[in-house]
Amino acid sequence: MPLMTVIEAVRQAMLEEMRRDPRVFVLGEDVGKRGGVFLATQGFLDEFGEARVIDTPLAEASIAGIAMGAAMAGMRPIAEVQFADFIWPAMNQIVGEAARARYGTKSGVHVPMVVRSPYGGHVRGGPFHSQSVEAYFAHTPGLKVVVPSTPYDTKGLLKAAIRDEDPVIFLEHKRTYRSVRGEVPDEDYVIPIGLADVKREGRHATVITYGLTVHYALQAAETLAGEGAEIEVVDLRAVRPLDVETIVESVRKTSKALIVHEDNRTGGIGGEVSALIMEHAFADLDAPVMRCAGPDVPAMPFAPTLEAAFMPTVDKIADALRRLLAY
Amino acid sequence: MPTIIELPQVGESVTEGVIGKWLKKPGERVDKYEPLVEVMTDKVNMEVPSPLSGVLVRTLVEEGATVPMGAPICEMEVLSPAEAAPPDSHAPERSSDARPAVDKRARVGEFMESVRSVGPTGSGEGGQGLAGTDIPAKAVPPPESPLHPRAQHQQQARDAGLSPVVRRLVEQHGVDVSLVQGTGIGGRVTKDDVLAYVERRDKQGFIDSQAPGVESGAPPPRDQGMPLTPLRKTIADHMARSHREVPPAWTMVEVDVTGLVKARAAHKDVFEKARGLPLTYLAFAANAVAGALREYPRVNARWDGDRITIAGRVNLGIAAATDAGLIVPVIHDADRLSVAELAVRIHQLAEAARSGTIKLPDVQGGTLTLNNTGALGSVVSVPIVNHPQAAIVTTEAIVKRPVVVGDDAIAVRSMMNVCMSFDHRVLDGAEASAFLRSVKQRLEAITPSAGID
Repeated sequence: MPLMTVIEAVRQAMLEEMRRDPRVFVLGEDVGKRGGVFLATQGFLDEFGEARVIDTPLAEASIAGIAMGAAMAGMRPIAEVQFADFIWPAMNQIVGEAARARYGTKSGVHVPMVVRSPYGGHVRGGPFHSQSVEAYFAHTPGLKVVVPSTPYDTKGLLKAAIRDEDPVIFLEHKRTYRSVRGEVPDEDYVIPIGLADVKREGRHATVITYGLTVHYALQAAETLAGEGAEIEVVDLRAVRPLDVETIVESVRKTSKALIVHEDNRTGGIGGEVSALIMEHAFADLDAPVMRCAGPDVPAMPFAPTLEAAFMPTVDKIADALRRLLAY
Repeated sequence: MPTIIELPQVGESVTEGVIGKWLKKPGERVDKYEPLVEVMTDKVNMEVPSPLSGVLVRTLVEEGATVPMGAPICEMEVLSPAEAAPPDSHAPERSSDARPAVDKRARVGEFMESVRSVGPTGSGEGGQGLAGTDIPAKAVPPPESPLHPRAQHQQQARDAGLSPVVRRLVEQHGVDVSLVQGTGIGGRVTKDDVLAYVERRDKQGFIDSQAPGVESGAPPPRDQGMPLTPLRKTIADHMARSHREVPPAWTMVEVDVTGLVKARAAHKDVFEKARGLPLTYLAFAANAVAGALREYPRVNARWDGDRITIAGRVNLGIAAATDAGLIVPVIHDADRLSVAELAVRIHQLAEAARSGTIKLPDVQGGTLTLNNTGALGSVVSVPIVNHPQAAIVTTEAIVKRPVVVGDDAIAVRSMMNVCMSFDHRVLDGAEASAFLRSVKQRLEAITPSAGID
């Protein structure tokens, strides 16, 4: 089985889907000639031509709007927003239109489009290339929001997103792009959107997280294993819909839950997951649900020390786990 | 918008304070630097000055509550916008980081710390290395809520802290939860505690009310928790730190204080009548120690990790027992004071320490500690060095003993042991002994005819 990085898995998934289905095409800034700023579509222009690999102007509203129109007309667009930080001009197309199309037309029109976007910090991206945007979209019914953490999951989930009949926001953490490598099967497989994955089993506490911090949580769990604690790590993989069953099953077992995300604490996915735990597993809790999240500051700082202060680092997660375990 | 006022950091190693009395009421005008609230810390009581001019909107912490340094204590409406700078947030401390190898599982993938990324924006190759940017910040503990200070919190956890799962298990297994030993925070009974208890009970087959070794009906006497006062905690941390870090060495000299005893007797009554306070042996000892420190500055030093710092001033800490615990008031520039002046100063500071009115500067900056353990009847003691000072000296009880003197004659003399523990990183035995010898000579040189002023 070949080893791939996350960015290679992104590329592989799109390549296979475009070869499989002529309705699939990509559009976005620099996706053609340049092959994408992260090289996700490298070589695509040569193989599929200008009609299916479309370089767009710097106009996110248009990228999302064109994708939406094409999807309504029967195509399977993959729109790339170069950095999640720049997705806001497309907000109306995504939230105001695409998410509501099926509902507003009694399923008469639907929007099978994917909006891919690199997100997240700890890459020295500074205030304009580091943002986490998932909570804004997770709030919107009619959207699916996928946040993979591993190459294996990335390929299976991106294929599922492309084949999905409704809009999917597919958020790829920039730091995982080249720093996470794992086995990715050659064959065609999809991972259903909305299923979490237990990345490590344990019985003393559960960490619920997604994206880059899955890897930080796994490292923290390894540290804690040296201290005698068995930590379970649940990778949500999608923040909408949330996999209530897997979350609840894990917390019922461990009775203690720590939610980790890089996104700002207030209004983040953690609050929602915490509420689900209260609703479904209250009688099994042995400690208050805890969060380890980015602080409520407006943007990711550029200075490395401040960026590290913002991030839920391995140390911070391990520390939060120690407090949770001691409770 | 009102500005949040935080409890300022009032001194080294002070972590929390008890709100004493609010000196301003909500609605009242407060000028910058005007006393705002009384705060009792583990070291001193003090008045916290207002950091800005404004109107006190409301207090956030009630009198008597314990709050950590940096916790919000009140809200003020600022009058002058120029002075309304937002309060600083606390910068996280850095710590060294040793990250473990990643758990390698095929599907989980391998997280490669060293992979260089990623352009000016984290994208392409050839950008700034992540290795250099990956400076982990020390985890910042969540701030304590000012309304629920730590001590209260723990008490609440003990009293009411049955978690939902514990309640369910207790009911399910018919457990008397008061018999379960809690291992959680503040003795909270955790899920694992209940499960372990049930397993033991079911294996041994005994019933809750008949725990082994206890007569049925009479609950066994239980251990009692004593909450740590801030002072107790400081003493504990301080002593443990010294014990952990300092390689101590110990030495002792016998001092013939017959002359000192006579000298004190000669001056005592006049002094007490004039000053209204006792003339103690400790004042003479402090004078001798301060003089010896001036003579041997290597002892008047501290360990600073990468170097030894010789203190410029001789600031003598005097250990004082109070009802609350041990406090060490500091007599600054003790080498410039006479015996009489030292007696006055020691008296003042000890009184202030005992009544809880001592000011912060009077407990800081000590360069060597003197402990009159003789007052407790001790004749030999092994004190713990008051970190980061280099040494601590004790004066022991004065006892009359037959001593060989002069030309092999035996005489009854007043003898006192002077003991010293020192940080062997800072000092060696030769320097320590020379210093102690100087103390001895200074004490033995005292005669009734010597003045004390």
